[in-house]
Amino acid sequence: MIAGTRHPVWTTLEIAAAWLLGLLWLLPLLYAAWTAIHPAAYATHFTPTAPLTVANFVAAWQAAPFGRYLLNTFLLCSLILAVQFVVCTTAAFAFARLSFVGRDLLFGLVLLQLMIMPDALLVENYRTLAQLRLVDTITAIALPYLGSAFGIFLLRQTFMTVPQALDDAARLEGCGLLGRLWRVYVPLARPTYIAYGLVSVSYHWNNFLWPLVITNSVTTRPLTVGLAVFATTDQGIDWSIITAATLMTSAPLLLAFLLFQRQFVASFMRAGVR
Amino acid sequence: MRASLAAWALVLPSLLLLVAFTHWPAVETLWHSLHATPRGNRPAPFVGLDNYRALLDDPVFFRALWNNTIYAAVTIPASVVLALVMALAVNRAMPGRALLRMAYFLPTMLPMIAVANIWLFFYTPDYGLFDQVLSLFGFGRHNWLGDAATALPAMIAVAVWKEAGFFMIFYLAALQTMPPDLHEAASLDGTPRIMFFRRVTLPLLMPTTLFVLVNAVVNAFRMIDHVVVMTRGGPDNATTLLLYYIYETGFRFWDTATAATLTVVLLAILAALAVLQFGVFGRRVHYR
Repeated sequence: MIAGTRHPVWTTLEIAAAWLLGLLWLLPLLYAAWTAIHPAAYATHFTPTAPLTVANFVAAWQAAPFGRYLLNTFLLCSLILAVQFVVCTTAAFAFARLSFVGRDLLFGLVLLQLMIMPDALLVENYRTLAQLRLVDTITAIALPYLGSAFGIFLLRQTFMTVPQALDDAARLEGCGLLGRLWRVYVPLARPTYIAYGLVSVSYHWNNFLWPLVITNSVTTRPLTVGLAVFATTDQGIDWSIITAATLMTSAPLLLAFLLFQRQFVASFMRAGVR
Repeated sequence: MRASLAAWALVLPSLLLLVAFTHWPAVETLWHSLHATPRGNRPAPFVGLDNYRALLDDPVFFRALWNNTIYAAVTIPASVVLALVMALAVNRAMPGRALLRMAYFLPTMLPMIAVANIWLFFYTPDYGLFDQVLSLFGFGRHNWLGDAATALPAMIAVAVWKEAGFFMIFYLAALQTMPPDLHEAASLDGTPRIMFFRRVTLPLLMPTTLFVLVNAVVNAFRMIDHVVVMTRGGPDNATTLLLYYIYETGFRFWDTATAATLTVVLLAILAALAVLQFGVFGRRVHYR
């Protein structure tokens, strides 16, 4: 086996193995899709002629205020993303290109959050938000995640690859600090913003434990908590409806991913996440 | 001096948010772990190390610690190795490459709650896919989540399935940036593939591996959503993980002092692991 030149049989075997793993990975989803689009009687009987139905989706949609949950999740993700972009950008720029007193110490403090995630501190954060009288608000779900070590780190790495000459040129043109950040650094970091944006949205779209703790009403609950409440309380074990609800809550994100798949992977590659 | 002031102003918003919801609560947790749980309006009395002593007498705590150790020891290597294998598999021309990438990556995009619901159905005795497939081979019904011996492995399988594709993306990104002439030179020299992988690919992937590893370690202590939905820590605490136990003590039993003490333990473990990772791997990583 020499690098580059391989026996064709070997290559075929490898590809077959890769696809086998891929099928294994897809199986739970295919299974869920099957259950959701067929009547309950066919949930575990795989007859190709089984009749198709959308009744499960209709039943799930009517059984719980999923529309409201969807809106809550949308508001939550937008709020987090907007604030994260702003505060991470300015901090990352300072860490990447400015020298100031205490920079390394501060950067160390920021990186600490990579290991000590907000989820671990949920008891204490709940106490803080209770003192602020913010329990059961969308702001409260967002607050612990607005400062993001991951975002700062990612953007700092990208900003450091921006040629200093561009920065200098903009300075000669009379651009101020924020002007240079906005006109030179942010446009060049586009792939990183896309990659980070997708990671952030998918993280918060899917986040569960903290929203579960901090919310307790329909008007604040995100989709994940709504789905959990729905699946545990009144459904018994009607799997067809539960899987329909499950797919429904994941659908917007899955659709977005399918539409932007190419861009997404490419963004990650260009973002220099390595 | 003015430049320093401007830089501080740029960093300040992030810093305030991080301090308010990471650093300060971490310190507060330590403080609260030395006090009893407040009852009514009376301030919580200082109890010294009593909470820690109580923890040492708590079998559930040790069970959670042990479960989490196994959970971490299996999910971390399994998902990282699988991620690397997946990335190598889809990093070359082959039929249906885009589709395969998607197959690997899709679980990452699903909420863990949705994943838990789907797998819950999988593990259902008799009807579930597991039992149906196994019955073809003559095995009887098995209550995967109800049996203390299989409940934790069932949780681990879900976790690996969920996160391997996420780490794959990072490996894929790194592989794509590797200079192709390295590969050409090696094939001209007649370097065996295994040797090329061990001597060239793996070392070049070290920074990625460190990054992925940090994430995997954090996830091993953070990913417990499926436990909440699928088993609630049962049967008989067989799937109680540390963070789940914190959640249970803090928000179902409202014993905030014990929850704070447990949080201190979790923070200590995370800190120790961070030091370990950067100490052991940091030296072997060559940043450009």
